[in-house]
Amino acid sequence: MLSVIQPTETWYLILSAVLFGIGAMGVMVRRNPLVMFMCIELMLNAVNLSFVALSSRIADINGQVAVFFVLVVAAAEVVVGLGIIVSIMRRRTSVTVDDMSGLKG
Amino acid sequence: MELVVFVLAAAMVMSGALGVVIRPNPVHAAMSLILTLFGIAVLFVVHNAHFLAAVQVIVYAGAIVVLFLFVIMLLGVDRAEDMSIEPITGQRSLAVIVGGGVSAIVIAAVISSRTAIGALGKGVDATTGESPDANIRQLARAIFKDNVFAFELTSVLLLVAVIGTVLMARKSKTVGTGE
Repeated sequence: MLSVIQPTETWYLILSAVLFGIGAMGVMVRRNPLVMFMCIELMLNAVNLSFVALSSRIADINGQVAVFFVLVVAAAEVVVGLGIIVSIMRRRTSVTVDDMSGLKG
Repeated sequence: MELVVFVLAAAMVMSGALGVVIRPNPVHAAMSLILTLFGIAVLFVVHNAHFLAAVQVIVYAGAIVVLFLFVIMLLGVDRAEDMSIEPITGQRSLAVIVGGGVSAIVIAAVISSRTAIGALGKGVDATTGESPDANIRQLARAIFKDNVFAFELTSVLLLVAVIGTVLMARKSKTVGTGE
């Protein structure tokens, strides 16, 4: 009986929307910049999931090409972001985004 | 069968995502991130995106999360964050409202455009051809033929990111510049 119900693309898109919302919530809630980066990864993955779901729905490989480029850009973004965090940590001991108020000068 | 896979993978994705947001310890958050990324990879396999599923596990769950853990250990922030302090009054409830609102808007858009998506095609999967490596063939043709310029640009992007990070994160040896 369960095999009658097949998950359609709408299910995947709704899952991806919920995942994006959780990621956006995490960026606003957490104060540790490392965890904020992880939440940004959550949002990127939500978008990747909807790309792949629609790509297989409309039988177009270009959606998967977009996901490929998103992966590359995400890797570059994480490298640069973690480099910034490491060089900030050289100067201060704690790592929270509240320290960014020191940029006011 | 696809329903069982979807429910299990969606449970993995959701519990991992909530773990990233809720767990106070950054190491636990990174482990929850692995759970989410793996669930997404399972959903990629369901959609016959085999190459992307492999890349997802290798690059994301492998390299990127290891990089996160490495930086957490390097900085020594593997302590539990004090979650009882709320820096701005009402920040958490506002964040839940805004995040839920974003989700609700996107879900409403998806549901209202359901018929339009259904009219797009029969749902025939072009990635499942006669040969088992049809997905990789198609992806390679699309990347190296149609989007080859963008592909070369990503190599420039990665090079710039690596050089910039090395310049930014190294200790300055010359006197008078920087610290």
